[in-house]
Amino acid sequence: MTARTIAVVTAGLSQPSSTRLLAERLAEATRAALAVDEVGVEVIELRDLAIDVTNTMLTGFPSPRLREVIDTVTRADALIAVTPVFTASYSGLFKSFFDVLDNDALDGKPVLLGATGGTERHSLVLDFALRPLFAYLRATPVATGVYAASSDWGSVSATGALQQRVERAAGELAALVSAAPEAKPEDEFTSVPFEQLLAGN
Amino acid sequence: MQFGIFTVGDVTTDPTTGVTPSEHERIKSMVRIALKAEEVGLDVFATGEHHNPPFVPSSPTTMLGFIAAQTKTIQLSTSTTLITTNDPVKIAEDFAMLQHLSGGRVDLMMGRGNTGPVYPWFGQDIRQGIPLAIENYALLRRLWREEVVDWEGKFRTPLQGFTSTPRPLDDVPPFVWHGSIRSPEIAEQAAYYGDGFFANHIFWPKEHFQQLIAFYRKRYEHYGHGKADQAIVGLGGQAFIRGKSQDAWHEFRPYFDNAPVYGHGPSLEDFTEQTPLTVGSPQEVIDKTLTFREHFGDYQRQLFLMDHAGLPLKTVLEQLDLLGEQVVPVLRKELAAMRPEHVPDAPTHESLKAAKDQPAVA
Repeated sequence: MTARTIAVVTAGLSQPSSTRLLAERLAEATRAALAVDEVGVEVIELRDLAIDVTNTMLTGFPSPRLREVIDTVTRADALIAVTPVFTASYSGLFKSFFDVLDNDALDGKPVLLGATGGTERHSLVLDFALRPLFAYLRATPVATGVYAASSDWGSVSATGALQQRVERAAGELAALVSAAPEAKPEDEFTSVPFEQLLAGN
Repeated sequence: MQFGIFTVGDVTTDPTTGVTPSEHERIKSMVRIALKAEEVGLDVFATGEHHNPPFVPSSPTTMLGFIAAQTKTIQLSTSTTLITTNDPVKIAEDFAMLQHLSGGRVDLMMGRGNTGPVYPWFGQDIRQGIPLAIENYALLRRLWREEVVDWEGKFRTPLQGFTSTPRPLDDVPPFVWHGSIRSPEIAEQAAYYGDGFFANHIFWPKEHFQQLIAFYRKRYEHYGHGKADQAIVGLGGQAFIRGKSQDAWHEFRPYFDNAPVYGHGPSLEDFTEQTPLTVGSPQEVIDKTLTFREHFGDYQRQLFLMDHAGLPLKTVLEQLDLLGEQVVPVLRKELAAMRPEHVPDAPTHESLKAAKDQPAVA
């Protein structure tokens, strides 16, 4: 039996939130596309952690509950990251959360990128803002990102087209996850033997 | 078990009065605080080293020498001495001189320094922090242990037939601690040489430091200096004490809320919950400090940060009275009672000298 965990980070601020809605659709489609016995989905609402994220920037360490969330994201087999578009980019809270992760937390992690906005005009935010961020973090974003504007939720045919994009992206994420070995936590404290350090290696 | 205080040497505005001490006032306060530490029966005074405002202690051995002249028993130390940007030759000379002047009441704690711009001011590069710490310290050890040194490395000009003067007092180099916040390489270094390891243990949750200390202990045993529980561990801590708990909370809150490092962030309640900071009565400080032993094992040195965030000198001196008279005597007794026989004390000049003079047992 294999088990996989998918962390879902959603930065929507309103309740209900179309960002959360898109995140859930992406998670559900990924779960359906993964041919494994057990898929754990952990949804993380950044709104609930906004103060903890800010405090981490000020103190340098996360609160216990944010620590738990960071560990969940770091250990997950895949990440679905969805942000609303604010002022032509990802939201500040979304960026702040990724700012407080360790630099190597997302190394090689399959990621599905999603964004929501009022109009279609911001859809390239996925490729101009989110993709470089995750490239810097050395994650592996799948080729299809999913952008949903208000109009995508407006009619059966429009939502049908959105659903096709969701399923294509989820299929790509599931393929990457299936191909990868199960994620294992690492021992944080290791050092090369001192003789090697002394020799300048 | 040694108890003492360590100071960063920051010049910070008192948020309750708006008064900012001058550098001169702060320097004199640091000295007054050190003298007070001895008066109230503490064992160690350690000063930071900084080369940028708002910090004043750029010349630790000058200050410690001045304090040595006015004290009799207190151990003088650093928190930390920058092994990366100081020339190891100058460290060897300065601290050997201080040993002679103070009658051996000196040890020091090596640190790398995490302020990027400081490195180029001294001709170095922060990206080389770990290699600098390793090479410089290896040279420092030789300068104290070998009369004549030939040496060549990556970071300073070579030495040919060099003798560091004065030689260490009684030919016993000062004991060295290594301080680190997050680098396993430094814990590895301390373990390799059988030196002490100090976790600053302030401002961050204990879990982080527990991992580092556990790693150091494991490696100390690996390198054959003794059992893991015999490794020489020092911890920081931070407290604000008043006779009544609510008075301590009320008085310290504005300093906490506006402090450098953590001010304007988490609440005092969260911070005392999540980090080693204790605000309260002497008994509460005793209780929290006793948990350090549970988390880290029996250890050798406990230093408290008592004089930051703009606390006025008068308040700091009152804090030291409470620490020295009501907190530390209880901790001494309780920790000594729990300590197994085979766990050593922190080395001092006297103990190192005795060990050197004693012929090795085959």
